[in-house]
Amino acid sequence: MSGLELFVFVAFGVLTLSSLLCLYRIGRGPSAPDRTVAIDILGTLIVGFCCMMAVWTGREYYMNIAIAWALISFVGTLALAKYLEGRTYDA
Amino acid sequence: MHEVVTGAYVLMAIGLGFDLFGCIGLVRLPDVYNRAQAATKCVTLGTCMILVGVTVAAFAGGIWPMGVKAILCAAFILLTSPVAAHAVCRGAYLSGVRLWDGSVEDAFADRAGTIRDEQAQASQRRTEREEAETA
Repeated sequence: MSGLELFVFVAFGVLTLSSLLCLYRIGRGPSAPDRTVAIDILGTLIVGFCCMMAVWTGREYYMNIAIAWALISFVGTLALAKYLEGRTYDA
Repeated sequence: MHEVVTGAYVLMAIGLGFDLFGCIGLVRLPDVYNRAQAATKCVTLGTCMILVGVTVAAFAGGIWPMGVKAILCAAFILLTSPVAAHAVCRGAYLSGVRLWDGSVEDAFADRAGTIRDEQAQASQRRTEREEAETA
């Protein structure tokens, strides 16, 4: 196992641990905004996963996935925030 | 060249540490606002440092498109992540989530009252208009 592979596996371990902590917060609650914050953070962590895949394989299309994921995560979080505020989507 | 690549991996390692500490804050802190604060700041900085590390490694390795895309992604996360957290915290306050008992100041209370009044007036106008249309 080369140094790069060791680094990437440790990085995947740390990111997986962080994601499990986020999933604990999503499952435990206690309120809806807690879950929304945790989902937003999970989206940002997945961008980190895509980066480590790009470093590991050396293929650049993982960065396209990261950009698209960041965009969609942002729009989804804004929609959930508006729903929490008690407004309809067209007002 | 070798030192540059090592520096890139050091940047990525620091970013991973920030990610982990942000998620520990997400689990350990007492209320929504504290959790959003800790997690958003730490995870935004951590992921941006990972992306900067990827940029340095890609430029050192001669993979130019990957580096440019990583810079774009870092700028995008730096712009959008605080906005999303702000919107969620505003929604949480307006939906009635209480502050932690140990909190010392609530600067948004007056403004939130005004916003709630405006929303109530708007929904009242909407119901009146619908009643007038059906009548």
